[in-house]
Amino acid sequence: MSDVYALIKSWSILERMLAFVLLAPVAGGVLAGIDRKLSARFQGRYGPPVLQPFFDVFKLVRKERIIVNKFQDFPIVLFLLFTIFAGALFFAGADLLLTIFSLALAGTFFVLGGFCVSSPYSHLGAEREIIQTVAYEPMIILLAVGMYQVTGSFRVGTILRHHGPLILYLPGVFAGFLYILTIKFRKSPFDLSMSHHAHQEIVRGITTEFSGPALALIEIAHWYETVLLLGMVYLFFAFNPVLGFAMVAATFLFEIFIDMNYARFRWQLTFMSSWLFTAVAGVSNIIVLSLLR
Amino acid sequence: MNAVIFLIVFPLAVSFLALVPPLSLAVRKAVGVCVNLVLCIVPIYLLVTNLDREPAFYHLESSLVNGGMLLVELLLAVFIGVVSVRAKRYLPLLLVVVQSLIMMTFEFTSGHGIEIEHTLFVDRFATIMALIVGIIGSAICLYAIGYMPEYHEHYRQVKDRRAYFAFLMYLFLSAMFGIVFSNNLQWLYFFWEITTVCSFLLIGYRDDAASRECAFRALNMNLLGGVVFAVGLFFLYSSSGVMELDKLLRADKGMVLFPAACLAFAGLVKSAQFPFSSWLTGAMVAPTPVSALLHSSTMVKAGVYLILRVAPVMEQTAAAKMLTLIGGVSFLVTALIAISQSNAKKVLAYSTISNLGLIVACAGVNTAAAVWSALLLIIFHAVAKSLLFLCVGVVEYKLDSRDIEDMDYLIMRLPKLTAVMMIGMAGMFLAPFGMIISKFITLKAFVESNPAMAVVLAYGSAATIFFWTKWMGKVISIKHGVAEVVEHRVSRWEWVTLGILAGATVAVCLAFPYISFHVINPYLREMFGETPVVDTFNVLTVFVIMLGLLIILPAGLFFYAFIDKNYKRVGTYLGGGNIDNITFEGAMGTSRKIELKNYYLERYFGEERLFNAGVFVSLTLMFIMFGVAVL
Amino acid sequence: MGWFKRSPWVLHYNATSCNGCDIELIASLTPLYDLERFGIINTGNPKHADILAVTGSVNEKSRQVVRNLYDQMPNPKVVVAVGICATSGCVFQDCYNVLGGVDKVLPVDVYVPGCAARPEAIIDGMLAACDILEEKYVQRKKSRRGVQP
Repeated sequence: MSDVYALIKSWSILERMLAFVLLAPVAGGVLAGIDRKLSARFQGRYGPPVLQPFFDVFKLVRKERIIVNKFQDFPIVLFLLFTIFAGALFFAGADLLLTIFSLALAGTFFVLGGFCVSSPYSHLGAEREIIQTVAYEPMIILLAVGMYQVTGSFRVGTILRHHGPLILYLPGVFAGFLYILTIKFRKSPFDLSMSHHAHQEIVRGITTEFSGPALALIEIAHWYETVLLLGMVYLFFAFNPVLGFAMVAATFLFEIFIDMNYARFRWQLTFMSSWLFTAVAGVSNIIVLSLLR
Repeated sequence: MNAVIFLIVFPLAVSFLALVPPLSLAVRKAVGVCVNLVLCIVPIYLLVTNLDREPAFYHLESSLVNGGMLLVELLLAVFIGVVSVRAKRYLPLLLVVVQSLIMMTFEFTSGHGIEIEHTLFVDRFATIMALIVGIIGSAICLYAIGYMPEYHEHYRQVKDRRAYFAFLMYLFLSAMFGIVFSNNLQWLYFFWEITTVCSFLLIGYRDDAASRECAFRALNMNLLGGVVFAVGLFFLYSSSGVMELDKLLRADKGMVLFPAACLAFAGLVKSAQFPFSSWLTGAMVAPTPVSALLHSSTMVKAGVYLILRVAPVMEQTAAAKMLTLIGGVSFLVTALIAISQSNAKKVLAYSTISNLGLIVACAGVNTAAAVWSALLLIIFHAVAKSLLFLCVGVVEYKLDSRDIEDMDYLIMRLPKLTAVMMIGMAGMFLAPFGMIISKFITLKAFVESNPAMAVVLAYGSAATIFFWTKWMGKVISIKHGVAEVVEHRVSRWEWVTLGILAGATVAVCLAFPYISFHVINPYLREMFGETPVVDTFNVLTVFVIMLGLLIILPAGLFFYAFIDKNYKRVGTYLGGGNIDNITFEGAMGTSRKIELKNYYLERYFGEERLFNAGVFVSLTLMFIMFGVAVL
Repeated sequence: MGWFKRSPWVLHYNATSCNGCDIELIASLTPLYDLERFGIINTGNPKHADILAVTGSVNEKSRQVVRNLYDQMPNPKVVVAVGICATSGCVFQDCYNVLGGVDKVLPVDVYVPGCAARPEAIIDGMLAACDILEEKYVQRKKSRRGVQP
């Protein structure tokens, strides 16, 4: 275990980025498959095979490419590109804020894709996607702020090497992050803009007019994003790698559990409760830290 | 020094030239191009020659000029008095009377025969402002030459006073150069008041009831700022015998805190921070070049310029904290209000106030990093916002509407204009453009000194994402089939200025490392003795993203437009009831069209409620600020 | 590789059915019968679907709708007529208000008789549809390669 860790630490930036680009979709797909299998088991069903997301993507790639307008796939390509870029930056140890802003850029492209097809379902889905983004954006920035306050740096590399347990100083920030993680993973109760697997929301929400290869790209982008977000969770527990991985797994299971137990919220509730929870958990943590230092 | 004087005097001369009886449009255009080219080149020359020099101070011996300024001020006061009496509004009259009394008292008592060591100066901050005024100002004036004929075609009831309009625009440019180069605070005050009057006259250009109302509101607020400015100057000289900016910065802080707070107040009014924001949103009735020049890139920047200059005096005091909070409140509240607005110019106005609030907050914090980001914000905002205003001006004509909800399918009707508009919008909130770099650095500056402001910044940037993405989505919607392309009716003249500004938005972002290293850092070294550490990896990454986008976007669009043939076109999903892409079969065999509108969340971000809350909070903060300064 | 067999997504449309077959179709997604273990997802969007499962014998109102949905599905696609009404119209065959089966409007690949069709039969039909889907994909690939010299 520690040999692997030492090996990863010895890689250069480019090697780390490459590892992320190649391995993250595999990990993300397996995670998505575990998600579906576990959800099914919670519901007393058998559920699809764990590798089902890969089957889905391979099938989607082989479908005929149908479009509503000629340019609708371009924003999706850019969405994927910038999600990969954000994740690569993160795992290369770069600045956390830059990762967040790249992710925001990717999200904007996704929303623009939903808007440009100009269909009622995708329009509603895109509007809700914006509301989701606005709901989680403050907390994610406060995550970076909190990390800076404890470690004195925004760089992921520095945060990773920090000797103290970040979770001890940032419990509020972590709680807030968990809350919005449900939004970012697109799980109930916050899966407003599009729905995963067997659920439907406004038919397919923002992805209504995308099919075949474009849909496959969206799916892969979500895998990359999952790995990136779990990486951010790991940062809180980076002082002990074993604990870190355990908590990442626990968080993922927690998200699945929440997904199974809650029905979808109205968008007003999502928006307001996220901002409120951010204020109560995240802001108070930040203020306490600033008073202590 | 000659360049400085030239920059102040030349536009003044041009403004009088503009009053000459109307020549043909072609001659006016030719003259305009020459004049504006000069106005662009001289600040660049100034930058290049001053790049490695220390700030230069100049002495200008001229009691004649001082006397002339006093005379002009009195004449302006009379003029404003007459105009307001004629319009039966007595507040401006009261304010100019008070103001004149203060100035006259000052002139004939303690202020008589002041020895001014340096009247004008040039340093890097002033050079940056001069570049903004020169380049963006000339681009907008150029645009106005083509815009005004169309304006008068559209609004036939408005009296054609084009020469008067040009006179005011160039007079304003001259006054702006005066503000940024003045070391003598009396001169600065003089130029400040001239911008107030220009703004008043330009807002009221249409001369109908609504315009007059808004013009007078702007006049009242700015005159109030002017009165407080005058009071500040009076106190300053009486208490410490200082009438120059550089001496103000070196004086004993305890003595000059109150005058500095007065000057900061004047700056807050000029930049339309809470509680004085309503004049800017009202000023949107003016023709678009006015909005672009005065109310987004230059005059309101004069306000934050003054605040940034006097901020070191207030540093580390509670007054500075209040300043930061006022800026923060303005930033957050206006960003939230902008979500509920559908009038395009109002959205732009609120966005402007929001960004200015951020700059004011940085000024209040006043660390090297904060001032760095403030300067970058000034540059990036001026460029992107003026571009957006000009685009909205064109769109307003073609669509006969300022409402965002009418901008459906804009990319099909005005493709190139929409592309330029999207550059402007992206420049306001997306990576890798300048604003996001500035927000990045601002966040770092705030985290180190004032974490509460970091929270405000977090919520505020979330709000800005909302209304910009909404708008972008609206203009980018595509509907296969019918949409008349009205592009050919946009004049080439307007294209030139739009192109310049769009190019500037991109160029300024690419050149940001250069600007930061060669221009801003030396200024910071003078002020703070240190410069913020820039992470070269970050800069490189931003650069890479920018270049990547510059290559991928056109390539991708070209590919999808012309090369990619492997697709099948189907209709949008309308529940299977498609008649065509936007019509579906409704109940009882009717056919219904789909209409897509944005969310405005008026219940949460309604203008009135939030505005009143903002005014209330900021008034409280303002009283605290003055209270601290006085005691 | 059989990707279509492992991940067929169903669009379920009710064309004037009495809802009996629809209930059975939904029931086959429930834990007792669990269609999802084959990777089948009930998607409401034709653009995401491979299999169009139609219940009910089509009438004039739903004829154009079924056609629209079918057209908006990307190839390869199969149509499954679920229930005897969708197959042939059953007792309503000669009524003036129904067309008498989906195959009067679309090319049907699998017929699942029954009134209402039992979940086991539906699952059987879906799996047969998956095989046909796979065949269609192979054929499309061959014909596209054949077109290019």
